[in-house]
Amino acid sequence: MILSDRQLASLKILLFLACLIPAANLAWGVYADTLGANPIEAVTRGLGKWALSFLLITLCVTPLRRFTGRPWVGRLRRMLGLYTFFYACLHVTSYLWFDQFFDWQEIAQDILKRPFITLGFIAFCLLVPLAVTSNKAMIRRLGGRRWQELHRMVYAVAIIAVVHFSLMVKKDLTQPLLYGIGLALLLGLRAFWRYQEKQKQLAGAYMPNKPKGRIIPIVSKR
Amino acid sequence: MLIKRPDPIRPSEITSETLYASRREFLRLSIGAGLGLAVGSLLPGTVRAGEKLATTVKSSFSIIEKPTEFADITSYGNFIEFGYDKQDAMAAAQRLRVRPWEVRIEGLVKQPKTLGIEDILRLAPLEERIYRHRCVEGWSMVIPWSGFPLATLLKQVEPLGSAKYVELITVSQPETMINLRSRQVEWPYVEGLRLDEAMHPLTLAAVGMYGEVMPKPNGAPLRLVVPWKYGFKSAKSINLIRFTEREPHTFWNKEVPDEYGFYANVNPDVDHPRWSQARERRIGEFFKRKTLPFNGYADQVASLYSGLDLKKNF
Repeated sequence: MILSDRQLASLKILLFLACLIPAANLAWGVYADTLGANPIEAVTRGLGKWALSFLLITLCVTPLRRFTGRPWVGRLRRMLGLYTFFYACLHVTSYLWFDQFFDWQEIAQDILKRPFITLGFIAFCLLVPLAVTSNKAMIRRLGGRRWQELHRMVYAVAIIAVVHFSLMVKKDLTQPLLYGIGLALLLGLRAFWRYQEKQKQLAGAYMPNKPKGRIIPIVSKR
Repeated sequence: MLIKRPDPIRPSEITSETLYASRREFLRLSIGAGLGLAVGSLLPGTVRAGEKLATTVKSSFSIIEKPTEFADITSYGNFIEFGYDKQDAMAAAQRLRVRPWEVRIEGLVKQPKTLGIEDILRLAPLEERIYRHRCVEGWSMVIPWSGFPLATLLKQVEPLGSAKYVELITVSQPETMINLRSRQVEWPYVEGLRLDEAMHPLTLAAVGMYGEVMPKPNGAPLRLVVPWKYGFKSAKSINLIRFTEREPHTFWNKEVPDEYGFYANVNPDVDHPRWSQARERRIGEFFKRKTLPFNGYADQVASLYSGLDLKKNF
């Protein structure tokens, strides 16, 4: 199935709106008072969970594109990545505002003293350059290869975010573990592809039909 | 001519303003209570939730702060035998079987004793104690408990001179408590106090809340309330009390010893390894408030710990 530009544009609008549903749902929960006795905690945690979920959804794009062989799937990746950043921003804001009330001294202490906050903070900081370099102009400026290297950082962010989540829970690790397993599958798949590609390149049988552009070797020749 | 004046209205006949204002609620409750009583009388041994307790004595230990909403107290909290999510667990706790209920008091005592809950309810006049409740997770409530000093219950037996601690143990009901079916942690839930802490007049054997029989999610039919300690010390649904010589191995202390100490006194200066204890979110409030040493009960209990390094004995 190949999508026309117009079809892709409509799909993007639909996806854009769908990605807002979790935020709208939380906002409605606050308004209708359905988030239980501690709505602020529910909002902060809900936003964090959605930030991590969007990160994993973003990481599903490439496997999905390869398995389905539909290149347009890949063109949804940036929006999903930016939504990850959007939810991460809201999550951090709700921590800074509702948990700390912008008491910067407390916040600094929290970041320095508590591994769980430290990791969350690092993960968020690492997301910023990725969001900033997500537009076409920045990709051009950096060049594809450097851009790609920079954006591999998203794997580190995902690992840190899962650890951040697991440090928060008191006893039951089920949920962080599920996210961890999902992430391990997504990263494992990439490691496997890389290994395959390496084997192909070593065998000199890289790509039967000649691709456009320069091939970036992942094994260095001696 | 003799004009007959109507009898003066006795104060007991005057509907209180709050009751008048909540008359619909009162009606609804009365109907519920009536139905409950009717059904309850048909099924002996069932517990009538919402049943009023004859709580008559107001206590000078009560604080003057607005109690947290009943609905919040009964829906938000930890009862980990029923689940690790606060809301889910509190809802699942409705399955708890609370009759028949016996409490055994044993260990280093002259004569162990088993008391039925009906007898326990008659041990002493029930007092209303409005206490602060501070969870180790950083949230807090104000809860109007009904009960009597734990000391009254403990005095039903004669402890031996060697008894230094009291263990309070939560009932094991694998058929109602889903988490008891897994061996992920060591059940049952055990809490413990030093004898002087247990005998302190603030330490409460609670059997009710908001003037009603203790709701199941809050630890029916009998629970411990130690208001100057983090909430996890206040064991719920107790059916075994044991006097011991050695410090009890308490549930959370066994599970995560570097995070949950035996003493667990509320202390804004000793952080939980993963978060600060300096402030707390009072349920129902937007801004966080400062956490008080010993949860605001320092005047009454700080002397229990003189000479004890509270940073080490957290």
